[in-house]
Amino acid sequence: MTAQLIIFFVLAGLAVIGALSLIFQRHPIHSALSLIVVMVALAGLYLLLGAEFVAAVQIIVYAGAIMVLFVLVIMLLNAGVEERTNFSKLAATAGIPLAVALTAFLAATIAKSGPVTTGVRPGSVASTQGLATMLFREFVYPFELTSFLILVAILGALVLAQREKRS
Amino acid sequence: MSAFFAQHAFWIVTIVKIIVLLFVILTLDAYLTWFERKVVAHIQSRWGPYRVGPHGLLQPLADGLKFLFKEDPTPAGVDKFVYYLAPFLALSLALTSLAVIPFGPDPIRIFGYETNFGVADLNIGLLILYAITALGVYGVALAGWSSNSKYPLLGGLRSSAQMMSYELALTLSVVGVLLMANSFNLRDIIAAQGRHPNLGLLGWNIFPQILGFFCFFVAAVAETNRAPFDLPEAESELVAGFHTEYASFKFAMFFIAEYTSMVTVSCLCTILFFGGWLSPFPSGPIWGWTHFLPTVFLGALGLYLIWDGFHYETVFGRIVLPGIGTAFCALAALFALSPAVNAFIQGPFWFFSKVLVFLFVYVWVRGTLPRFRYDQLMAIGWKLLLPVSIGNVLLTSFAILKWGAS
Amino acid sequence: MVPTHYYLILSAILFGLGVVAFVFKRNVITIFMSIELMLNAVNLAFVAFSQAFGKLDGQVFVLFVIVVAAAEAAVGLGIIILIARNRQSLNVERVNLLKL
Repeated sequence: MTAQLIIFFVLAGLAVIGALSLIFQRHPIHSALSLIVVMVALAGLYLLLGAEFVAAVQIIVYAGAIMVLFVLVIMLLNAGVEERTNFSKLAATAGIPLAVALTAFLAATIAKSGPVTTGVRPGSVASTQGLATMLFREFVYPFELTSFLILVAILGALVLAQREKRS
Repeated sequence: MSAFFAQHAFWIVTIVKIIVLLFVILTLDAYLTWFERKVVAHIQSRWGPYRVGPHGLLQPLADGLKFLFKEDPTPAGVDKFVYYLAPFLALSLALTSLAVIPFGPDPIRIFGYETNFGVADLNIGLLILYAITALGVYGVALAGWSSNSKYPLLGGLRSSAQMMSYELALTLSVVGVLLMANSFNLRDIIAAQGRHPNLGLLGWNIFPQILGFFCFFVAAVAETNRAPFDLPEAESELVAGFHTEYASFKFAMFFIAEYTSMVTVSCLCTILFFGGWLSPFPSGPIWGWTHFLPTVFLGALGLYLIWDGFHYETVFGRIVLPGIGTAFCALAALFALSPAVNAFIQGPFWFFSKVLVFLFVYVWVRGTLPRFRYDQLMAIGWKLLLPVSIGNVLLTSFAILKWGAS
Repeated sequence: MVPTHYYLILSAILFGLGVVAFVFKRNVITIFMSIELMLNAVNLAFVAFSQAFGKLDGQVFVLFVIVVAAAEAAVGLGIIILIARNRQSLNVERVNLLKL
């Protein structure tokens, strides 16, 4: 058990616990906090994979801005505890073992697949400079398109958040 | 035993560094409160803490004891988990951000093990600082929400919106410095400013990046919810804002988090714009006497403490103060007599003096300027600082294209 | 050295949990958060493959996914605020005006 493997299992366990907590918590703010835990665990996994810029961007943008937006909206709308759902017990007793079996089957298939997924390359640290070069050379067109996308999103959010005009 | 130390030296040295850093920072925070109260008082033509120990020096101790012994009520109807999580989150994030700050030039040798002056030396140190600042919004937002009360909720919402808005200007205003230094590593940024040692003061980043520094400092003051931007926690506005419902120890945690983030921002200002641990004097042969400036300052401080202690009649004033003064004088003599120690102490001395200057500017701004109204605050963040910092990025990029990075 | 398929299995598990949350939860905001969870799982797969192949394309794509998720969150939360304002409830079963 190398140190990397231990760190991987700790972070992976944290992510899965966060995701389960997202499902089983009744109050949306607790779900939001669980999702933040998942994102921070994933940032740790990105660091383990050698992608340090992506890890930092994940925390700054995803966990630090998008989730803050979620938390602010939950606070603003005063979302309360969820109501009781009325599922059939049959669906739960049949569905959950089936889902677990499906996941186990997928996992076994992935684990038995070819040599490209055994990751024998040593983790080379991805430099910000390499990412920036790629972003501005090969991916410059999608990059400019995303700037338009953000502009459209800002305008959309502004329009949606307007108060109704009294006519 | 020594084999165990040798094998796990990295972990042991790191833990020792963390403990030392925590101790130093918490003491610094406590005396920062004293410093702030004294300075703001003198700005307002009064004396500040005066009776608790000579010059009020034992006031932080009294405040700390008060926080420990006060009753700690939990309001009814709060969301218990989030209520207890918020101050803990704020404090741990504020203290974690100190791990990536380098305090002096490398390396130092302890018992034959070579280590750096900071706790962690990361290649993306600056990005990690931003990540921790981004997560710091949660402490405030969750504290406001979980208190189950109107004023904290409003204060929390306003404060988190303010912090998010100024984060953008904060991140963008530093891009000029990053372009000049070509790295996110804080040590590289200081090294880039020390590229021309015969320039001394003029090689610092403040001169090319004066706009960036202005944006950074204003955004940082707003980000730490301090001085003229402290509407969400002001006492006369929102009944102390998002930490209304927090009593003794939890309030102390928010308090320490705020002062620690002040210290972190001051350290960042010195590292990014003022040369970090570099001396302001050029390093020519005629400037050799500047190596004795730490000695002179420390010796002067020690002599003043000794002289001042004789005024008092209490134990602390008569005995402890001159004792501390003598210790300072002895240290000053050690610096003067031993060139190895003198060379070792140069970097941290300049770093701490610059940090103290910035802390003084923080407190000065708090004592002098009136508070901004909330819409004025948001207008400054979005309509003034963001365009100015983007303009700074453009200007710096053109300048680097034309003249190269030095 | 952690094998790549460990990361892929974790990504699949997180994606599956995201789908479960999407199907079973009633609150509109929680459903939206499960979408973010699914996007994060996909990001993890991208970065794992980027390390396995030694190229940076995966990480550049992760940056794009994060940007798109940010834009989507902004507009989506605006829509959710409008839903809450108009239907006075955050229960997704009450938003059924188009139901036959």
